[in-house]
Amino acid sequence: MLLLIVFLPIIASAALLLGAPARATALGASAITLVLSVLAFFDYDHAQAGFAYVRSFPISTDLRLNFAVGADGLSLTMILLSSVVLLAAVWFTGKVDRYENAFYACLLLIAAGAIGAFASLDLLFFYAFHELALIPTFLLIGIWGSGNRRAAAWKVTIYLALGSFVLLIGLIMLYRALPAATRTFDLRAIQAAASAGQIAPAMQSPIYLWLLAGFGTLISLVPFHTWAPEAYASAPAPAAMLHAGVLKKFGLYGLLRIALPMLPDAVRQWSNLLLVLLLANIIYIGLATTAQRRLDWMLGYSSVMHMGYIFLGIVSVNVLGATGAALLMFAHGISIALLFGITGELRKRVPTLELDALGGLARTMPIASFAFGLGAFAAIGLPGFANFAAEIMVFFGAFRNGFDFQHFHFFQWATLLALWGVVISAVYLLRAYRRIFWGTSAEPAAVPDISFGLRLPVTLLVASSLFFGFFPQTLIERVAPTFRTHLSK
Amino acid sequence: MISAPYLEVAAIVLGVVLLLVESFSVQLNKRVIAYAALLGLAAIFLSTFFVAPTPAMPHAPLWNFYASDALSLFFKRIALATTALVIIMMLDYAPVVCANIAGATPQAGLGEFFSLPLFTCAGLMWMSSAIDFVMIFVSLELVTISFYVLVSFTRRNPLTLEAGVKYLVLSALSTGFLVYGITWIFGVTGETNLYRIAEAFTRPELESTGALLGAVLIIISLGFKIAAVPFHIWVPDVYQGAPTPVTAFLSVGSKAAGFVVLVRVLQPLLMLPNVRALLVALAVLTLLYGNLAALPQSNLKRLLAYSSIAHSGYLLIAVVALSGRALAFYLVAYLLMTLLSFAVLVLVERHGGCELENFSGLSRRSPFLAFAMLIAMASLAGVPFTAGFLGKFLVFDAAVAAHQYTLVAIGIITVAAGFYYYFKVVRAMYWETSSSGEMIFISPLTRMAIIAMIFGIFFFGVYPQPLFNALR
Repeated sequence: MLLLIVFLPIIASAALLLGAPARATALGASAITLVLSVLAFFDYDHAQAGFAYVRSFPISTDLRLNFAVGADGLSLTMILLSSVVLLAAVWFTGKVDRYENAFYACLLLIAAGAIGAFASLDLLFFYAFHELALIPTFLLIGIWGSGNRRAAAWKVTIYLALGSFVLLIGLIMLYRALPAATRTFDLRAIQAAASAGQIAPAMQSPIYLWLLAGFGTLISLVPFHTWAPEAYASAPAPAAMLHAGVLKKFGLYGLLRIALPMLPDAVRQWSNLLLVLLLANIIYIGLATTAQRRLDWMLGYSSVMHMGYIFLGIVSVNVLGATGAALLMFAHGISIALLFGITGELRKRVPTLELDALGGLARTMPIASFAFGLGAFAAIGLPGFANFAAEIMVFFGAFRNGFDFQHFHFFQWATLLALWGVVISAVYLLRAYRRIFWGTSAEPAAVPDISFGLRLPVTLLVASSLFFGFFPQTLIERVAPTFRTHLSK
Repeated sequence: MISAPYLEVAAIVLGVVLLLVESFSVQLNKRVIAYAALLGLAAIFLSTFFVAPTPAMPHAPLWNFYASDALSLFFKRIALATTALVIIMMLDYAPVVCANIAGATPQAGLGEFFSLPLFTCAGLMWMSSAIDFVMIFVSLELVTISFYVLVSFTRRNPLTLEAGVKYLVLSALSTGFLVYGITWIFGVTGETNLYRIAEAFTRPELESTGALLGAVLIIISLGFKIAAVPFHIWVPDVYQGAPTPVTAFLSVGSKAAGFVVLVRVLQPLLMLPNVRALLVALAVLTLLYGNLAALPQSNLKRLLAYSSIAHSGYLLIAVVALSGRALAFYLVAYLLMTLLSFAVLVLVERHGGCELENFSGLSRRSPFLAFAMLIAMASLAGVPFTAGFLGKFLVFDAAVAAHQYTLVAIGIITVAAGFYYYFKVVRAMYWETSSSGEMIFISPLTRMAIIAMIFGIFFFGVYPQPLFNALR
């Protein structure tokens, strides 16, 4: 089943390139992918923990390389997120002026890259699948983008290529750090070796720093973040939904999957550095977001900012924080996809996305306004949405890291500061919401509301956020076992 | 089971026979010669799989300067495949050749154009087996002399003439370095066989300064062949001026042979002090110069010339890290992706030129060619699931294993630069609109070859094991 989930989007995109009917094929493939991922998610036996649906094919005995897929609760969560956002993104794609087939094929390939990476049990394929999304991103922004699309496409491609190769070196060093007899790319085997203490502590730090720089670039951790706002502002809406919602989570997933279990000492050793960087993400980028005058740039910056919380969950190195980070990855992916989707619809209807030039759109676009409001409230972390449950866990997880009930240490202060980020994001999101949809209309011309059909993907996104907001336990009980084996509570 | 030297003999005989047929049957359509050459090469390629693993008479004098190990067979296959693909490209390029040669008959010169690569091929195959400096020198000369003719083949084109002269002068210079280096080594050790030189180098009474001078001279001369900076000066002009299929041949065949000789020669030479540091310096310079100079290029042939320098840098990393596996795999990947891009270039060149503008909107004029070029460029840049990526992975893996972190760091930066200039081609093909609406005709043979190369890039990109097996 997992193989089918991984390969269905790839097969569909190949079919599209060979001339299959564009929208029908893409919608069909992503709907089936979603159904399969939901089945896989709920079918997963969390009492068993460990990887399910494992299939392995030998590739190279010399390198001890296999093509192996398998999923535990964490990967299933991410796969579910990918397929939800994929279906929504495909649905949000309206009329494409040129190369319609190629557009859908690119979307499917980005999702396929993400799903493949989340499902891979092998370091090399984990890496390779992610980078598969690089060319589609370049083409999507370059051909169908808006604004300064050319510069943005170059920037994102070069940045991500550089980040990926830094990451590759980190992975190679991890591979080489294992003793020659047991050297392998298999994640499970490396994890076992790490638990047995076979990765020398002296090697952990350099490996972790390479990985952090590589993953950090992909996640847009300050100071490697400058590609993200520009790329998301210029990308066509479905591409921004997939990239910001799903693909960017690859780096975080990598830290949760590789850095936490395999290099725990290094993560603890460098946690102060990461805390400073993630606070920069939350506070500095948060303020930068507040200063944005255009809706698309604002959302681009906000997606950079929210990465800070997820980092906070990861760096707390306990089950509570890590599980919260996983839930937040899911929740943030959903909410940012919804916001980018509505923004894309706005872009088609109004001449500019300058916040000052917009106003009163709720009168003519009630549904879009409602959907945007839900997305904004979710992103702020209003109770009821998955973001709330996740942020609570992250903050509690981070706060209790090394807390001795007597003094506040760096972690406690950092958590306190990070909490202010919630206020900052409330400020800019609510202000944008008010400016765009309420107040007096700058232009009296009637702007048509989003089409009836688009209510479906909006409902899908909102429903999945609400579901895990009200029943976070369904997700937590699947994800937590992944971390329980090697992290403290 | 056949003995390995018969493979070269067969290639030479094939070349001579085709030349004779060409000169005696005036009425013959010269394309037949190309098809015959292709058939012959295919037959020789197949017979490489039936080479006897151990020579029948191991003590015959031949085996003092000729090795038939797995490495040599591997590189012989590379030479044969390259030559075959180049001849297919030459078939597409034939009209340009005819237009640029003054001849009495409409197909004047084509026969030689199709049969000369066979002699180059034989030279390349000999080089891959050469374990004696005399043998290395002679086979290198066979390759170089046939290239003298091929590079300046379209002699009405002034650019080609310029390329021919530059290649002639600088090749002769590099040959001079090689011979001088060999004499020094011979003077110090009294041997020309590489294994016996290695033995001589272990002797305590070795005159190491003289040996080192010889080693440096030899490395300089091989640097010319593999286009390592600072011995690359001839590359951009010669690549741009030479007929495009010949450029492809130069950048793949000549380079592969240069690297196999380098690997063999280094076995003794690395025993000398400081040789490895010299190679690291060469690799750093080559990586930086090749990649950075490629950035502003707007002529695709020139861009590929600099990219070929850049890839020499990655190959040199593999050499420094002493990883035969990474080197061999990277060369195969390099062969596939470079020849694929040249195959597309030959076709586009006939409908315009080699400037990047001529590729504008290629995705409209010929989606097939644009897709092929996309794959070639993605592989050259190092996008996963292509052979180019796995090659880079193996190279970096070898470098990390050898603790060459300087090379790793520079390699990463240059890879990112590579993404820029390779994607420039993708941008032209997919973002820009077409200047001319002319459709491009692709012959069935070329289409087959292009599909085969695309398939090869993906196949070895996800399943490298067959190549590793062939190296054993």
